[in-house]
Amino acid sequence: MNRPATPTGDHRLLAAWSDTGRPDSYDAHLARHGNPPNADGRAWRERLIAEVTHSGLGGRGGAGFPTGRKLAAVAAGRGRKVVVANGCESDPGTHKDRVLAQYSPHLILDGALMAAAALHTNDIFLCAHRDGPTYQALGQALTQRPDADRFSLVDIPARFVASEESSLANFLSGGDARPTSKPPRVFESGVAGRPTLVSNIETLAHISLIARYGAEWFRSLGTGPSPGTALVTVGGAVRTPGVLEVAYGAALPDLVASVGGASEPLQALLIGGYSGCWVPDSVARTLHFSHEELRAAGTTVGVGSVLALPAGACGIAETARILSYLAGESASQCGPCMFGLPAITADFAAMASGAGANDRALAARLQGRLSVIAGRGACGHPDGAVRLAESALRTFAVDVDAHLHGRPCRGAGALPFLPIPRRALSLVG
Amino acid sequence: MTRGPRWTLKVDPIRCQAHGLCAELLPEVVDLDEWGYPLLPGEVPPLLLSEARAAAAGCPTLALRLVHTD
Ligand code: SF4
Ligand code: SF4
Repeated sequence: MNRPATPTGDHRLLAAWSDTGRPDSYDAHLARHGNPPNADGRAWRERLIAEVTHSGLGGRGGAGFPTGRKLAAVAAGRGRKVVVANGCESDPGTHKDRVLAQYSPHLILDGALMAAAALHTNDIFLCAHRDGPTYQALGQALTQRPDADRFSLVDIPARFVASEESSLANFLSGGDARPTSKPPRVFESGVAGRPTLVSNIETLAHISLIARYGAEWFRSLGTGPSPGTALVTVGGAVRTPGVLEVAYGAALPDLVASVGGASEPLQALLIGGYSGCWVPDSVARTLHFSHEELRAAGTTVGVGSVLALPAGACGIAETARILSYLAGESASQCGPCMFGLPAITADFAAMASGAGANDRALAARLQGRLSVIAGRGACGHPDGAVRLAESALRTFAVDVDAHLHGRPCRGAGALPFLPIPRRALSLVG
Repeated sequence: MTRGPRWTLKVDPIRCQAHGLCAELLPEVVDLDEWGYPLLPGEVPPLLLSEARAAAAGCPTLALRLVHTD
Protein backbone atom coordinates (compact mmCIF):
# COMPACT_ATOMS: atom_id res chain seq x y z
CA MET A 1 0.00 0.00 0.00
CA ASN A 2 1.24 3.50 -0.72
CA ARG A 3 1.85 5.45 2.40
CA PRO A 4 -0.66 8.30 2.58
CA ALA A 5 0.62 11.85 2.77
CA THR A 6 1.88 13.17 6.10
CA PRO A 7 -0.95 15.10 7.74
CA THR A 8 -0.78 18.87 7.96
CA GLY A 9 -2.98 21.23 9.95
CA ASP A 10 -4.15 21.29 13.54
CA HIS A 11 -6.59 18.39 13.31
CA ARG A 12 -4.35 15.43 13.86
CA LEU A 13 -6.48 13.30 16.14
CA LEU A 14 -9.81 14.65 14.95
CA ALA A 15 -9.06 14.69 11.21
CA ALA A 16 -11.96 12.31 10.55
CA TRP A 17 -14.34 14.64 12.27
CA SER A 18 -13.03 17.79 10.55
CA ASP A 19 -12.86 16.19 7.07
CA THR A 20 -16.05 14.17 7.02
CA GLY A 21 -17.96 14.84 10.21
CA ARG A 22 -18.07 11.06 10.63
CA PRO A 23 -16.02 8.52 12.54
CA ASP A 24 -13.24 6.80 10.62
CA SER A 25 -14.04 3.14 9.97
CA TYR A 26 -11.02 0.83 9.95
CA ASP A 27 -10.80 1.10 6.16
CA ALA A 28 -11.08 4.88 6.21
CA HIS A 29 -8.46 5.00 8.95
CA LEU A 30 -6.04 2.88 6.88
CA ALA A 31 -6.70 5.04 3.83
CA ARG A 32 -5.88 8.11 5.89
CA HIS A 33 -2.84 6.88 7.82
CA GLY A 34 -1.72 3.54 6.40
CA ASN A 35 -0.68 0.69 8.66
CA PRO A 36 1.41 1.50 11.70
CA PRO A 37 5.07 0.46 11.32
CA ASN A 38 6.01 -3.16 11.92
CA ALA A 39 7.71 -3.93 15.18
CA ASP A 40 11.14 -5.22 14.37
CA GLY A 41 13.48 -6.29 17.12
CA ARG A 42 15.10 -4.67 20.07
CA ALA A 43 16.74 -1.77 18.23
CA TRP A 44 13.38 -0.88 16.72
CA ARG A 45 11.77 -0.89 20.17
CA GLU A 46 14.47 1.33 21.59
CA ARG A 47 14.13 3.72 18.65
CA LEU A 48 10.38 4.01 19.13
CA ILE A 49 10.79 4.84 22.82
CA ALA A 50 13.51 7.36 21.93
CA GLU A 51 11.24 8.90 19.31
CA VAL A 52 8.37 9.29 21.81
CA THR A 53 10.83 10.78 24.31
CA HIS A 54 12.18 13.20 21.72
CA SER A 55 8.64 14.19 20.69
CA GLY A 56 8.11 15.65 24.16
CA LEU A 57 4.67 14.02 24.37
CA GLY A 58 3.21 14.39 27.86
CA GLY A 59 0.42 12.25 29.32
CA ARG A 60 -3.09 13.55 28.64
CA GLY A 61 -4.88 12.02 31.60
CA GLY A 62 -4.14 14.82 34.05
CA ALA A 63 -0.59 14.64 35.36
CA GLY A 64 1.19 15.45 32.09
CA PHE A 65 4.15 13.18 32.89
CA PRO A 66 6.56 12.70 29.95
CA THR A 67 5.35 9.62 28.08
CA GLY A 68 8.79 8.61 26.78
CA ARG A 69 10.19 8.47 30.31
CA LYS A 70 7.25 6.40 31.45
CA LEU A 71 7.69 3.95 28.58
CA ALA A 72 11.40 3.68 29.35
CA ALA A 73 10.70 3.07 33.04
CA VAL A 74 8.28 0.25 32.24
CA ALA A 75 10.66 -1.18 29.62
CA ALA A 76 13.43 -1.28 32.23
CA GLY A 77 11.34 -3.45 34.55
CA ARG A 78 11.75 -7.22 34.83
CA GLY A 79 9.50 -9.78 33.19
CA ARG A 80 6.55 -9.46 30.87
CA LYS A 81 4.99 -6.00 30.56
CA VAL A 82 1.34 -4.93 30.45
CA VAL A 83 -0.29 -2.04 28.59
CA VAL A 84 -3.42 -0.45 30.05
CA ALA A 85 -5.29 2.07 27.91
CA ASN A 86 -7.22 4.33 30.24
CA GLY A 87 -10.46 5.55 28.69
CA CYS A 88 -12.43 6.00 31.91
CA GLU A 89 -12.61 9.82 31.72
CA SER A 90 -14.15 10.17 35.15
CA ASP A 91 -14.10 13.97 35.40
CA PRO A 92 -17.73 15.12 34.99
CA GLY A 93 -16.81 18.23 32.97
CA THR A 94 -14.59 16.49 30.43
CA HIS A 95 -15.57 14.78 27.18
CA LYS A 96 -12.44 14.77 25.05
CA ASP A 97 -11.67 11.07 25.41
CA ARG A 98 -15.15 9.96 24.42
CA VAL A 99 -15.12 12.26 21.40
CA LEU A 100 -11.74 10.84 20.36
CA ALA A 101 -13.00 7.27 20.83
CA GLN A 102 -16.08 8.02 18.79
CA TYR A 103 -14.34 9.68 15.83
CA SER A 104 -10.87 8.14 15.76
CA PRO A 105 -10.99 4.87 17.72
CA HIS A 106 -8.39 3.22 15.51
CA LEU A 107 -5.73 5.78 16.44
CA ILE A 108 -6.23 4.73 20.07
CA LEU A 109 -6.04 1.03 19.21
CA ASP A 110 -2.97 1.51 17.01
CA GLY A 111 -1.36 3.53 19.78
CA ALA A 112 -1.96 0.73 22.28
CA LEU A 113 -0.42 -1.72 19.79
CA MET A 114 2.61 0.55 19.33
CA ALA A 115 3.08 0.90 23.08
CA ALA A 116 2.81 -2.87 23.44
CA ALA A 117 5.31 -3.34 20.62
CA ALA A 118 7.71 -0.91 22.28
CA LEU A 119 7.39 -2.91 25.49
CA HIS A 120 7.59 -6.28 23.71
CA THR A 121 4.33 -7.58 25.08
CA ASN A 122 0.98 -8.88 23.86
CA ASP A 123 -1.03 -7.90 26.91
CA ILE A 124 -3.31 -4.94 26.21
CA PHE A 125 -6.27 -3.92 28.35
CA LEU A 126 -8.71 -1.25 27.18
CA CYS A 127 -10.43 0.27 30.19
CA ALA A 128 -13.70 2.22 30.11
CA HIS A 129 -17.13 2.32 31.74
CA ARG A 130 -19.46 -0.15 30.04
CA ASP A 131 -22.37 2.31 29.98
CA GLY A 132 -20.31 5.11 28.50
CA PRO A 133 -19.68 6.09 24.87
CA THR A 134 -15.96 5.23 24.96
CA TYR A 135 -16.60 1.59 25.77
CA GLN A 136 -19.23 1.37 23.03
CA ALA A 137 -17.04 3.10 20.46
CA LEU A 138 -13.97 0.97 21.16
CA GLY A 139 -16.10 -2.19 21.13
CA GLN A 140 -17.58 -1.19 17.79
CA ALA A 141 -14.14 -0.37 16.35
CA LEU A 142 -12.78 -3.75 17.43
CA THR A 143 -15.42 -5.52 15.33
CA GLN A 144 -13.86 -3.89 12.25
CA ARG A 145 -10.30 -5.05 12.90
CA PRO A 146 -8.57 -8.27 11.96
CA ASP A 147 -6.41 -8.00 15.09
CA ALA A 148 -9.30 -7.53 17.55
CA ASP A 149 -8.23 -10.54 19.62
CA ARG A 150 -5.11 -8.68 20.73
CA PHE A 151 -7.20 -6.40 22.97
CA SER A 152 -9.21 -7.07 26.12
CA LEU A 153 -11.94 -4.49 26.62
CA VAL A 154 -12.72 -4.25 30.33
CA ASP A 155 -15.63 -2.59 32.16
CA ILE A 156 -14.35 -0.38 34.99
CA PRO A 157 -16.68 0.75 37.81
CA ALA A 158 -17.89 4.31 37.22
CA ARG A 159 -16.17 5.91 40.21
CA PHE A 160 -13.80 8.86 40.06
CA VAL A 161 -10.76 7.19 41.61
CA ALA A 162 -11.37 3.83 39.88
CA SER A 163 -9.35 5.17 36.97
CA GLU A 164 -6.30 6.10 39.04
CA GLU A 165 -3.42 3.98 37.76
CA SER A 166 -2.99 1.77 40.82
CA SER A 167 -6.80 1.31 41.01
CA LEU A 168 -6.84 0.02 37.45
CA ALA A 169 -3.87 -2.25 38.06
CA ASN A 170 -5.44 -3.62 41.23
CA PHE A 171 -8.79 -4.16 39.51
CA LEU A 172 -7.18 -5.91 36.53
CA SER A 173 -5.33 -8.12 39.02
CA GLY A 174 -8.64 -9.25 40.49
CA GLY A 175 -8.93 -6.74 43.36
CA ASP A 176 -11.05 -3.66 44.05
CA ALA A 177 -10.91 -0.64 41.75
CA ARG A 178 -9.34 1.41 44.56
CA PRO A 179 -5.88 2.93 44.74
CA THR A 180 -3.16 0.93 46.46
CA SER A 181 -0.24 2.12 48.58
CA LYS A 182 2.89 3.47 46.89
CA PRO A 183 5.54 2.24 46.55
CA PRO A 184 5.36 0.22 44.42
CA ARG A 185 4.32 2.34 41.48
CA VAL A 186 2.60 0.54 38.61
CA PHE A 187 5.59 0.93 36.29
CA GLU A 188 7.49 -1.36 38.67
CA SER A 189 4.68 -3.62 39.80
CA GLY A 190 1.22 -3.19 38.34
CA VAL A 191 -1.16 -5.74 36.84
CA ALA A 192 -0.39 -9.12 38.42
CA GLY A 193 2.85 -7.64 39.75
CA ARG A 194 4.16 -6.97 36.26
CA PRO A 195 5.66 -3.67 35.02
CA THR A 196 2.64 -1.81 33.66
CA LEU A 197 2.13 1.18 31.41
CA VAL A 198 -1.11 2.96 32.25
CA SER A 199 -1.73 5.53 29.57
CA ASN A 200 -4.64 7.80 28.75
CA ILE A 201 -6.24 7.01 25.38
CA GLU A 202 -5.46 10.44 23.92
CA THR A 203 -1.80 9.87 24.80
CA LEU A 204 -1.88 6.52 23.00
CA ALA A 205 -3.47 8.09 19.93
CA HIS A 206 -0.58 10.57 19.77
CA ILE A 207 1.89 7.67 20.07
CA SER A 208 0.32 6.04 17.02
CA LEU A 209 0.97 9.21 15.01
CA ILE A 210 4.50 9.71 16.36
CA ALA A 211 5.30 6.10 15.38
CA ARG A 212 4.17 6.89 11.83
CA TYR A 213 5.28 10.47 11.24
CA GLY A 214 8.07 11.00 13.78
CA ALA A 215 8.98 13.28 16.64
CA GLU A 216 9.90 16.26 14.47
CA TRP A 217 6.50 16.19 12.82
CA PHE A 218 4.88 16.03 16.27
CA ARG A 219 6.88 19.01 17.50
CA SER A 220 6.07 21.12 14.45
CA LEU A 221 2.95 22.31 16.27
CA GLY A 222 2.63 23.57 19.81
CA THR A 223 5.23 25.30 21.97
CA GLY A 224 8.72 24.17 23.01
CA PRO A 225 7.75 22.91 26.46
CA SER A 226 4.27 21.81 25.29
CA PRO A 227 4.67 20.29 21.84
CA GLY A 228 1.86 18.95 19.65
CA THR A 229 -1.87 19.33 19.68
CA ALA A 230 -4.30 18.70 22.51
CA LEU A 231 -7.95 17.87 22.84
CA VAL A 232 -9.74 20.44 24.96
CA THR A 233 -13.28 20.31 26.30
CA VAL A 234 -14.71 23.82 26.32
CA GLY A 235 -17.95 24.12 28.24
CA GLY A 236 -20.00 26.10 30.71
CA ALA A 237 -21.36 29.49 29.66
CA VAL A 238 -20.40 29.24 25.99
CA ARG A 239 -22.77 29.10 23.02
CA THR A 240 -21.84 25.69 21.57
CA PRO A 241 -19.92 23.66 24.17
CA GLY A 242 -17.75 20.96 22.69
CA VAL A 243 -14.35 19.40 22.20
CA LEU A 244 -11.63 21.10 20.14
CA GLU A 245 -8.25 19.99 18.93
CA VAL A 246 -5.80 22.86 19.16
CA ALA A 247 -2.06 23.31 19.00
CA TYR A 248 -0.68 24.01 22.48
CA GLY A 249 -0.14 27.73 22.83
CA ALA A 250 -3.56 28.68 21.44
CA ALA A 251 -4.97 31.78 23.12
CA LEU A 252 -7.69 30.99 25.68
CA PRO A 253 -10.03 33.66 24.24
CA ASP A 254 -9.67 31.92 20.85
CA LEU A 255 -10.74 28.63 22.42
CA VAL A 256 -13.84 30.30 23.80
CA ALA A 257 -14.48 32.03 20.46
CA SER A 258 -14.19 28.65 18.69
CA VAL A 259 -17.23 27.38 20.58
CA GLY A 260 -19.36 30.38 19.68
CA GLY A 261 -18.03 32.71 22.36
CA ALA A 262 -19.34 33.33 25.86
CA SER A 263 -23.13 33.11 26.13
CA GLU A 264 -23.13 35.73 28.90
CA PRO A 265 -20.56 37.85 30.74
CA LEU A 266 -18.01 35.63 32.49
CA GLN A 267 -16.32 35.93 35.87
CA ALA A 268 -13.92 32.97 35.88
CA LEU A 269 -12.81 29.84 34.07
CA LEU A 270 -12.28 26.46 35.68
CA ILE A 271 -9.21 25.05 33.94
CA GLY A 272 -7.92 21.50 34.16
CA GLY A 273 -11.03 19.73 35.37
CA TYR A 274 -12.76 19.36 38.72
CA SER A 275 -9.34 18.83 40.27
CA GLY A 276 -8.06 21.91 38.46
CA CYS A 277 -8.13 25.59 39.35
CA TRP A 278 -10.30 28.63 38.93
CA VAL A 279 -8.77 31.58 37.10
CA PRO A 280 -10.45 35.01 36.95
CA ASP A 281 -11.79 35.83 33.51
CA SER A 282 -9.62 38.97 33.36
CA VAL A 283 -6.49 36.80 33.79
CA ALA A 284 -7.70 34.02 31.50
CA ARG A 285 -8.08 36.52 28.67
CA THR A 286 -4.31 37.02 28.65
CA LEU A 287 -3.35 33.33 28.77
CA HIS A 288 -2.46 30.69 26.22
CA PHE A 289 -3.28 27.04 26.60
CA SER A 290 0.08 25.45 27.43
CA HIS A 291 1.60 23.73 30.45
CA GLU A 292 4.06 26.56 31.03
CA GLU A 293 1.56 29.43 30.92
CA LEU A 294 -1.14 27.69 32.88
CA ARG A 295 1.34 26.62 35.54
CA ALA A 296 2.64 30.17 35.84
CA ALA A 297 -0.96 31.36 36.27
CA GLY A 298 -1.43 28.95 39.18
CA THR A 299 -3.43 26.34 37.34
CA THR A 300 -2.84 23.24 35.26
CA VAL A 301 -3.70 21.70 31.89
CA GLY A 302 -5.01 18.76 33.92
CA VAL A 303 -7.60 16.80 31.98
CA GLY A 304 -7.76 19.49 29.31
CA SER A 305 -11.02 21.21 30.13
CA VAL A 306 -11.95 24.87 30.18
CA LEU A 307 -15.30 25.61 31.81
CA ALA A 308 -16.67 29.15 31.78
CA LEU A 309 -18.51 30.47 34.83
CA PRO A 310 -20.98 33.29 34.17
CA ALA A 311 -20.85 36.49 36.19
CA GLY A 312 -24.26 35.70 37.67
CA ALA A 313 -23.22 32.37 39.24
CA CYS A 314 -21.67 32.00 42.70
CA GLY A 315 -18.15 30.60 42.49
CA ILE A 316 -18.24 29.59 46.13
CA ALA A 317 -21.46 27.62 45.78
CA GLU A 318 -20.18 25.98 42.60
CA THR A 319 -16.95 25.04 44.35
CA ALA A 320 -18.88 23.67 47.34
CA ARG A 321 -20.82 21.40 45.00
CA ILE A 322 -17.72 20.16 43.19
CA LEU A 323 -15.99 19.53 46.53
CA SER A 324 -19.03 17.62 47.69
CA TYR A 325 -18.80 15.48 44.59
CA LEU A 326 -15.07 14.88 45.10
CA ALA A 327 -15.59 14.08 48.79
CA GLY A 328 -18.22 11.53 47.82
CA GLU A 329 -15.81 9.98 45.36
CA SER A 330 -13.07 9.37 47.93
CA ALA A 331 -12.21 5.70 48.09
CA SER A 332 -12.48 6.09 51.90
CA GLN A 333 -9.19 4.40 52.61
CA CYS A 334 -7.01 7.27 53.87
CA GLY A 335 -7.99 9.42 56.83
CA PRO A 336 -6.92 12.83 55.51
CA CYS A 337 -9.01 12.21 52.37
CA MET A 338 -12.02 10.46 53.88
CA PHE A 339 -12.40 12.99 56.71
CA GLY A 340 -10.61 16.00 55.26
CA LEU A 341 -12.64 16.35 52.07
CA PRO A 342 -16.05 16.29 53.81
CA ALA A 343 -14.67 18.82 56.33
CA ILE A 344 -13.58 21.34 53.71
CA THR A 345 -16.80 20.68 51.81
CA ALA A 346 -18.80 21.57 54.92
CA ASP A 347 -16.76 24.75 55.36
CA PHE A 348 -17.41 25.76 51.75
CA ALA A 349 -21.09 24.89 52.03
CA ALA A 350 -21.42 27.01 55.17
CA MET A 351 -19.66 29.86 53.46
CA ALA A 352 -21.85 29.53 50.35
CA SER A 353 -25.17 29.42 52.16
CA GLY A 354 -24.30 32.24 54.52
CA ALA A 355 -24.60 29.88 57.51
CA GLY A 356 -20.93 30.53 58.18
CA ALA A 357 -21.40 34.28 58.47
CA ASN A 358 -21.34 34.31 62.25
CA ASP A 359 -18.62 31.69 62.49
CA ARG A 360 -15.52 33.80 63.03
CA ALA A 361 -13.30 30.75 63.12
CA LEU A 362 -14.40 29.45 59.73
CA ALA A 363 -11.78 31.10 57.55
CA ALA A 364 -8.89 30.12 59.81
CA ARG A 365 -10.21 26.59 60.27
CA LEU A 366 -10.58 26.12 56.53
CA GLN A 367 -7.07 27.44 55.86
CA GLY A 368 -5.69 25.12 58.51
CA ARG A 369 -7.45 22.12 56.99
CA LEU A 370 -6.34 22.97 53.47
CA SER A 371 -2.75 23.19 54.64
CA VAL A 372 -2.65 19.65 56.10
CA ILE A 373 -4.60 17.49 53.61
CA ALA A 374 -2.54 17.50 50.41
CA GLY A 375 0.08 14.82 49.93
CA ARG A 376 -1.30 12.59 52.68
CA GLY A 377 -3.42 10.16 50.69
CA ALA A 378 -2.38 7.08 48.78
CA CYS A 379 -3.40 8.83 45.57
CA GLY A 380 -3.63 12.41 44.32
CA HIS A 381 -7.39 12.70 44.81
CA PRO A 382 -7.30 14.89 47.95
CA ASP A 383 -4.55 17.07 46.46
CA GLY A 384 -6.83 17.93 43.54
CA ALA A 385 -9.67 18.91 45.86
CA VAL A 386 -7.34 21.12 47.91
CA ARG A 387 -6.00 22.77 44.75
CA LEU A 388 -9.54 23.52 43.61
CA ALA A 389 -10.55 24.92 47.02
CA GLU A 390 -7.47 27.13 47.31
CA SER A 391 -8.00 28.50 43.81
CA ALA A 392 -11.59 29.34 44.71
CA LEU A 393 -10.47 31.30 47.78
CA ARG A 394 -8.05 33.27 45.59
CA THR A 395 -10.29 33.78 42.57
CA PHE A 396 -13.47 34.61 44.45
CA ALA A 397 -11.72 36.45 47.31
CA VAL A 398 -14.11 39.40 47.20
CA ASP A 399 -17.14 37.10 47.34
CA VAL A 400 -15.56 35.00 50.10
CA ASP A 401 -15.19 38.11 52.20
CA ALA A 402 -18.79 39.17 51.50
CA HIS A 403 -20.16 35.70 52.34
CA LEU A 404 -18.20 35.63 55.59
CA HIS A 405 -19.66 39.01 56.54
CA GLY A 406 -23.23 37.91 55.93
CA ARG A 407 -23.56 39.34 52.45
CA PRO A 408 -23.75 36.36 50.08
CA CYS A 409 -23.43 37.37 46.44
CA ARG A 410 -26.48 37.44 44.20
CA GLY A 411 -25.60 34.12 42.57
CA ALA A 412 -25.61 32.11 45.80
CA GLY A 413 -29.24 31.11 45.54
CA ALA A 414 -29.02 30.34 41.83
CA LEU A 415 -29.38 26.86 40.41
CA PRO A 416 -26.20 24.80 40.11
CA PHE A 417 -24.30 25.71 36.99
CA LEU A 418 -21.56 23.13 36.43
CA PRO A 419 -22.69 19.50 36.01
CA ILE A 420 -22.49 17.34 39.12
CA PRO A 421 -23.41 13.66 39.01
CA ARG A 422 -26.52 13.07 41.08
CA ARG A 423 -24.80 10.93 43.74
CA ALA A 424 -23.12 13.97 45.26
CA LEU A 425 -26.02 16.30 45.73
CA SER A 426 -27.05 14.97 49.12
CA LEU A 427 -23.97 16.41 50.84
CA VAL A 428 -24.64 20.00 49.87
CA GLY A 429 -28.23 21.20 49.45
CA MET B 1 31.82 17.98 55.91
CA THR B 2 30.43 14.52 56.40
CA ARG B 3 27.08 13.72 57.82
CA GLY B 4 25.30 10.55 58.67
CA PRO B 5 22.33 9.14 56.84
CA ARG B 6 19.06 11.03 57.14
CA TRP B 7 15.91 9.35 58.28
CA THR B 8 12.26 10.18 57.72
CA LEU B 9 9.07 8.67 59.07
CA LYS B 10 6.62 7.62 56.39
CA VAL B 11 3.09 6.46 56.93
CA ASP B 12 1.11 4.23 54.60
CA PRO B 13 -2.17 6.18 54.59
CA ILE B 14 -4.26 3.15 53.67
CA ARG B 15 -2.94 1.07 56.57
CA CYS B 16 -2.99 3.82 59.18
CA GLN B 17 -6.08 3.52 61.38
CA ALA B 18 -5.49 6.62 63.50
CA HIS B 19 -4.57 4.69 66.61
CA GLY B 20 -2.34 7.60 67.53
CA LEU B 21 0.22 5.44 69.28
CA CYS B 22 2.99 7.04 67.23
CA ALA B 23 2.17 10.46 68.64
CA GLU B 24 2.24 9.01 72.16
CA LEU B 25 5.59 7.32 71.67
CA LEU B 26 7.17 10.23 69.83
CA PRO B 27 5.40 13.40 70.91
CA GLU B 28 8.43 15.57 70.05
CA VAL B 29 8.06 14.70 66.39
CA VAL B 30 4.58 13.43 65.57
CA ASP B 31 1.47 15.58 65.75
CA LEU B 32 -2.00 14.31 65.02
CA ASP B 33 -4.44 16.15 62.78
CA GLU B 34 -7.98 16.87 63.96
CA TRP B 35 -9.07 13.42 62.74
CA GLY B 36 -6.33 11.61 64.64
CA TYR B 37 -3.99 10.86 61.74
CA PRO B 38 -0.27 11.56 62.10
CA LEU B 39 1.41 14.67 60.68
CA LEU B 40 4.99 13.63 60.13
CA PRO B 41 8.12 15.76 60.20
CA GLY B 42 10.49 15.95 57.26
CA GLU B 43 13.49 14.54 59.02
CA VAL B 44 13.85 12.71 62.33
CA PRO B 45 16.55 14.33 64.50
CA PRO B 46 19.40 11.87 65.18
CA LEU B 47 18.82 12.00 68.93
CA LEU B 48 15.29 10.68 68.48
CA LEU B 49 16.13 7.84 66.11
CA SER B 50 15.68 5.06 68.61
CA GLU B 51 12.33 6.46 69.72
CA ALA B 52 11.31 6.75 66.06
CA ARG B 53 12.29 3.14 65.52
CA ALA B 54 10.21 2.14 68.53
CA ALA B 55 7.24 4.10 67.25
CA ALA B 56 7.46 2.39 63.86
CA ALA B 57 7.70 -1.00 65.50
CA GLY B 58 4.84 -0.17 67.84
CA CYS B 59 2.34 0.89 65.19
CA PRO B 60 -0.51 -1.63 65.54
CA THR B 61 -1.17 -1.74 61.79
CA LEU B 62 2.48 -1.61 60.68
CA ALA B 63 1.65 1.59 58.81
CA LEU B 64 4.68 3.50 60.01
CA ARG B 65 8.16 3.06 58.55
CA LEU B 66 11.46 4.74 59.21
CA VAL B 67 13.15 5.23 55.87
CA HIS B 68 16.57 6.25 54.72
CA THR B 69 16.64 9.38 52.63
CA ASP B 70 20.32 9.66 51.81
S1 SF4 C 1 -6.35 9.46 48.95
FE1 SF4 C 1 -8.59 9.26 49.01
S2 SF4 C 1 -9.18 8.52 47.02
FE2 SF4 C 1 -6.96 8.21 47.20
S3 SF4 C 1 -6.74 6.12 48.00
FE3 SF4 C 1 -6.81 7.44 49.77
S4 SF4 C 1 -8.98 7.55 50.38
FE4 SF4 C 1 -8.89 6.72 48.31
S1 SF4 D 1 0.45 4.33 65.32
FE1 SF4 D 1 0.23 3.63 63.22
S2 SF4 D 1 -1.98 3.42 62.89
FE2 SF4 D 1 -1.66 4.65 64.72
S3 SF4 D 1 -1.76 6.78 63.99
FE3 SF4 D 1 0.38 6.18 64.07
S4 SF4 D 1 0.76 5.40 62.02
FE4 SF4 D 1 -1.44 5.47 62.21
